[in-house]
Amino acid sequence: MPVYTLSVNGKGLKVDVAEDTPLLWVLRDHLRLLGTKYGCGVGQCGACTIHMNGSAMRSCLLPISSVGAAKITTIEGLSANADHPVQKAWEEVDVPQCGYCQSGQIMTAAAFLKQVPKPTMEQIKSAMNGNICRCGAYHRIREAVQVASTKTK
Amino acid sequence: MIMNKTLHQGRRNFLRQASLASGGLFLGFSWFEEAGATEQLLQVLQPDIDVSGFNSYLSITKDGIVTIASPNPELGQNIRTSFAQIVAEELDADWSKVKVVQAPLDTKRFDRQLTGGSGAIPHSWKRLRTAGATAKQMLMQAAATQWGVPVSECKTENGFVLHSSGKKLGYGELAATASKLEVPKDVVLKDFKDFKIIGKPIKNVENRNIVTGKPLFGLDFYRDGMVYAVVQRPPAFGAKIKSASVDAAKASPGVLDVVTFNNNVAVVAKSSWEAMKAKKLLKVEYEADKALESSTDHEKIFTDLMANGQAQTKRKDGDVDAAFKNAAKVVKAEYQCPFIPHNPMEPMNFFADVREDGIELIGPTQTPQAARKAVSDLLKVPEDKVTVDITRLGGGFGRRLKFDYAVEAAQISSMIKKPVKLIWSREDDMTGGSYRPAVRYRFEAALDASGDIIAYKCKGVGLNEGNSLRQDNFPAGAVENYLMETVNHVTPITVGAWRAPVTNFLAFAEQSFLDEIAEAAGKDPVQMRLDLLKRAKEKPVGAIKYDIARMDTVIRTAVEKAGWGKKKDVFQGFSVYFSHASYVAQVCEMVVKNGKPEISKIYAVSDCGVVVNESGAKQQVMGAIVDGYGHAMFGKLVFKAGEPEQKNFDRYRLIRMSEIPDVDLSFINNGIDPTGLGEPALPPTGGAVANALYKATGVRVRKQPFVDQPPFKKG
Repeated sequence: MPVYTLSVNGKGLKVDVAEDTPLLWVLRDHLRLLGTKYGCGVGQCGACTIHMNGSAMRSCLLPISSVGAAKITTIEGLSANADHPVQKAWEEVDVPQCGYCQSGQIMTAAAFLKQVPKPTMEQIKSAMNGNICRCGAYHRIREAVQVASTKTK
Repeated sequence: MIMNKTLHQGRRNFLRQASLASGGLFLGFSWFEEAGATEQLLQVLQPDIDVSGFNSYLSITKDGIVTIASPNPELGQNIRTSFAQIVAEELDADWSKVKVVQAPLDTKRFDRQLTGGSGAIPHSWKRLRTAGATAKQMLMQAAATQWGVPVSECKTENGFVLHSSGKKLGYGELAATASKLEVPKDVVLKDFKDFKIIGKPIKNVENRNIVTGKPLFGLDFYRDGMVYAVVQRPPAFGAKIKSASVDAAKASPGVLDVVTFNNNVAVVAKSSWEAMKAKKLLKVEYEADKALESSTDHEKIFTDLMANGQAQTKRKDGDVDAAFKNAAKVVKAEYQCPFIPHNPMEPMNFFADVREDGIELIGPTQTPQAARKAVSDLLKVPEDKVTVDITRLGGGFGRRLKFDYAVEAAQISSMIKKPVKLIWSREDDMTGGSYRPAVRYRFEAALDASGDIIAYKCKGVGLNEGNSLRQDNFPAGAVENYLMETVNHVTPITVGAWRAPVTNFLAFAEQSFLDEIAEAAGKDPVQMRLDLLKRAKEKPVGAIKYDIARMDTVIRTAVEKAGWGKKKDVFQGFSVYFSHASYVAQVCEMVVKNGKPEISKIYAVSDCGVVVNESGAKQQVMGAIVDGYGHAMFGKLVFKAGEPEQKNFDRYRLIRMSEIPDVDLSFINNGIDPTGLGEPALPPTGGAVANALYKATGVRVRKQPFVDQPPFKKG
């Protein structure tokens, strides 16, 4: 099997896996970065969202062979001390219910706010529409994105 | 050294006390009623904590850290936070020093660990408070003795005992001494109006771990040396393996073994992906003894059983037939709901390590004890050789009341003699059964000349739903002639409890039909419900199992909040429901834009007694509304020859952020002992939406999912 050198959360990491292995399973099984979740495996739910060169990406459909030298950020690497504005807003608004989808929600929101720092509610809804929360915490998720936008410079 | 003392405590939960080895107070107590017990034993043991017969504990270390063990699995109902609040309230603890830990299954130490429908708070309310108040009393006594003052001159505040002279000692400083005192027999609980911690919107104690992606869930459990298993189960309900060719899968990279058990083929590999990839290479042929059921067959079964099925009478008041003969007007309608999967975001998974010396099970389950028993029975290993650790659950919605996936994991581990993590794919989960049952109802109401209901009846036909009715629900007790009947059809499609079992679809049908009656009677639907409640109060018929005054209050509060009937160009639908011991009334509002109905808002007024955590309570109600609306609107599983057509979220539509209505939430918060809130706000939503939709469009939806019916789609 080929050896890939990945840049994950600022570190160079080597993995020896089949080329079609989705990044999701490399992160989880091989690097033990377990914050990125498996939800559907078909890019529909967003639980596996990570950042690839700063853009939100579904890691369940991303084969390791196409990652190359791209900078990967997972929820574990979003901030050093849980102090990313989105993480802070999530705690402030008390968003999580079961919490399983929240890493993906947070990663989607963080990438979106980098692109659109002061979004309207309509923009928030459209940016977050790809992430399913089965507990239905959507009201608080959208509120938290808005709160995070006030924390972003 | 063990000292035993006997204490008569009646049926109150008992406490067992010990000193922590490190010097601190430890109280074990039970969350559950001891059936038949008339007296309880209290033991004072020291120094170790090897006592049994409780199922939670409260400990205070010398640093003043208060820890309580929660036997109840956390699946998003925020129970860890709420439990801790209740103990901390009566203890007058410093909230920043309170911790909750998940208790593992330990039937030697803990009694009856299990979880049920919206039951945790009502079950534990008094027990948690008593535990907190008992510890507080002991800490006060310890301080009073140390100071040489009467305990009546002491009080507690924020983790300290205070004396009227100004002296002050922290709980941590007192814990070791307190642990040597006798446990007080009767402690005084606080008055509702003195609560400082209960009722506050205290944030989920797990938030930091969640927002930083800590491995909390079953799927996050990893252990060096474990292998990964996926299972191919029959694609159609009723199908059995005819032949299996596994060579290609076995030869796939990373695959360690392929094993067959029951009707399943398991692929075991060195990684999740290698296992999933190899599973696609399995060539399994299936056969069936009889024709496999399709949704079109279900339609015929419903129609046939509605007409000819042998019905079971669930409740009968008066003489329905005679009343219908005398009716000035008769209203009839049929309602129907499909099978739907639970779809918790974390798919089923479990870790099992079956060894010579015992079995270790770790994963997301609501029923650890039942899982242990099933594994013990299957592998013929005594239960005391099986351990179960409970991880956080990535949602449940009822699915994880079943423990089939834990048993599968143990089976595979026993066959390959390795520690295994079993992973279900999303497709496995969605096609794997344990669905909400499909049902059809026929309602009939007889009205007299003034539009009053003189008879009401309903026949429910369920597919694997033994009793598809809740026969004592409103308007039972308010109608003189009343008949509830059910018919069940047994199908190979497996079902399971789905959040707010039965009421999650029954309430939609009942609350819609009440509006149909109101229209036929020329009455306002809210006023008609209030009049029925009045009648139930003044002239009750048979048993009444709901609280008339509490239902009346949520109705009146909801219509006042929503400005019922007072808004221009806003179409309002009403619904009220009593389930899981709580009362919820909702008003759904719709507007019509470009000729199309659009949901704008749902008002919900809930009476669950005391609101333990305002933030968590709102979460539960918001979530239940989104869940109830989303599934009424979009949820369906269509079967073709026993196989569900929807296998993943590309074809199964779950509600998304852009589709949710705004919400306006309020609570009666009347000081009555709290009841559950995980489920009760879900049942009324479908009916409120359907009733608003009718007002907005003139089209009555009687079938879920709404999106497949007029006015959304041509019928």
